Amino acid sequence: MLAYLLKRLVYALPIALSVTLVCFLLVHIAPGDPLNAVVPADAPAEVVNALKAAYGFDQPLPVQYVRWLGRALTGDLGTSVATGRPVVSEVLSAVRNTILLAVFAAVIGFALGALLGGIAGYRHRGLVDRLATALSVVGVSVPHYWLGMVLTIIFSTKLNWLPAMGAGPGGSKEWMWDGEHLRFLVLPVATLMVIPLGIVTRTIRALVADTLSKDFVQALRAKGLSDRAVFLHVVKNVAPTALAVMGLQLGYLMGGSILVETVFAWPGSGFLLNTAIFQRDLPLLQGTILVLCLIFVLLNLLVDVLQPLIDPRMRRG
Amino acid sequence: MSNILTQTAAPADSAKPQSRNYWIGVLRRIGREKVTVVCGLILLAILLLAVLAPWVVGADPYKTSMIRRLLPIGSSGYLLGTDELGRDMIARLAYGGRMSLLIGVMPVLIAFVIGSTVGIFAGYAGGRINMAIMRLLDVFYAFPSVLLAVAIAGALGQGVSNSILALTLIFIPQLTRIAESVTTQVRSLDYVEAARMSGASSLTIIRVHILGNVLGPIFVYATGLVSVSMILASGLSFLGLGVKPPEPEWGLMLNTLRSAIYVNPWVAALPGAMIFITSMCFNLMADGIRSAMEVTE
Repeated sequence: MLAYLLKRLVYALPIALSVTLVCFLLVHIAPGDPLNAVVPADAPAEVVNALKAAYGFDQPLPVQYVRWLGRALTGDLGTSVATGRPVVSEVLSAVRNTILLAVFAAVIGFALGALLGGIAGYRHRGLVDRLATALSVVGVSVPHYWLGMVLTIIFSTKLNWLPAMGAGPGGSKEWMWDGEHLRFLVLPVATLMVIPLGIVTRTIRALVADTLSKDFVQALRAKGLSDRAVFLHVVKNVAPTALAVMGLQLGYLMGGSILVETVFAWPGSGFLLNTAIFQRDLPLLQGTILVLCLIFVLLNLLVDVLQPLIDPRMRRG
Repeated sequence: MSNILTQTAAPADSAKPQSRNYWIGVLRRIGREKVTVVCGLILLAILLLAVLAPWVVGADPYKTSMIRRLLPIGSSGYLLGTDELGRDMIARLAYGGRMSLLIGVMPVLIAFVIGSTVGIFAGYAGGRINMAIMRLLDVFYAFPSVLLAVAIAGALGQGVSNSILALTLIFIPQLTRIAESVTTQVRSLDYVEAARMSGASSLTIIRVHILGNVLGPIFVYATGLVSVSMILASGLSFLGLGVKPPEPEWGLMLNTLRSAIYVNPWVAALPGAMIFITSMCFNLMADGIRSAMEVTE
């Protein structure tokens, strides 16, 4: 078990390092100069050079990378070119809002998906099964940014039940746990939830149906086990794979929320990323992507660590 | 976690004969599936409408009119209304299909060619070469795909080719992984061993014995990606990262019409409905093709 954990950890390190490399290089595949956004085109050469030296852009790439990585490890992701504020503080407050959205969407999406998929797997070709199949096709085919718009049209402009944009009354960006703020959460969460719902439903349905068709289930039934006891066996067999899929989906939610956040002007990381792209604020772009990707790597690691805890077969491997 | 991804494309029986009869059987099975046929027909209609737009649609998709802005659905002369600049929605939707289909399908096509080549090479070569290629690709799996696409497209700047490039890059690792896993399975089969023993060159073995057995599963996986690609490509345009205005494209239209949801909501929702229908048809068709080719999940 310990050896397995160590192996996973050792395996995740080079991945995390490569992620930092890709994030670093992103700024350098961008056309033009990283300083384009702040320096006017007719600025004198001395000014440009002085600025380059100040940001360290005059050094060779490997040197820049090592310096950048060193600073990043101490929590310094540079300064936003557009606002002049440290990238870390901007990213962290935005990521908090994204996590809030993603966790709500994940919990509801996973729960609904597991419920629907589970029933569909048990009642093959029944009403719920057909509903689940249709729902999973719609779930993976619907452009979620459009779904967000449609929900806004129905619940905000037509029925006037829920706010269409923002994260709090009066355009407040700070999240608070009260009814007024929760109302702002409903539409973005309902939209985002659809992303994992389709895939989780499909996966659980297939896993449950597959497990039920196994010989051991028949043996359990023949032994006279109650349906509830058999159900526990099914859950134990389905859980490891389901957990892996859910972990991956939670990670995708963090990325997929970019578009949904844009639709609802939700002050999260996707919104920040959008701002960074259109103001050509490359340090901010780099920092946001780095933080989101590291969270994704951590999530994957977490799933790898949790899996053997619920699947004894993996502890031996 | 990786084995879940690869399992989905494993052929049910790698050694099944891939004769002419097999393909006739596949076509017959597809023809029997009503859903697949209907979806195929809808896609064909959308494609024809897009390609033949200048001959089918009378209106000009670029002609603006300040007095006819945001007409509702069912207006006389503008059956589906007009957009925020008074342009005919039918014309915009029909012409928009050209760009949307192009930026949605191209990434998968390019990634299919590159991914199959690299994957088959890695799978056939095996050993350290295989390890090196696959470990390198693992890095891409450390990124949520939407995030990576937005990051690349965002860094490169707005443009159709940049958006296609960004999406191609996120599909290549997935298709390479499928190609590699299928090739590795086929490579160790007895008849490949027999061919090698009879003195066939590597190129001949790949061309004659491997390609026919691995392209099917890779193709099936790729068809499943088209729907994702359509949504993401239009999504990039929706973010302002793909197609530039005034070019009609569904994602971009959805973006520019967003400000109109208080005036004329259902017109504003139309481009998204087109993306939804197209993507769903691709999805259902991919399912149909998969079961017809007996590639089980």
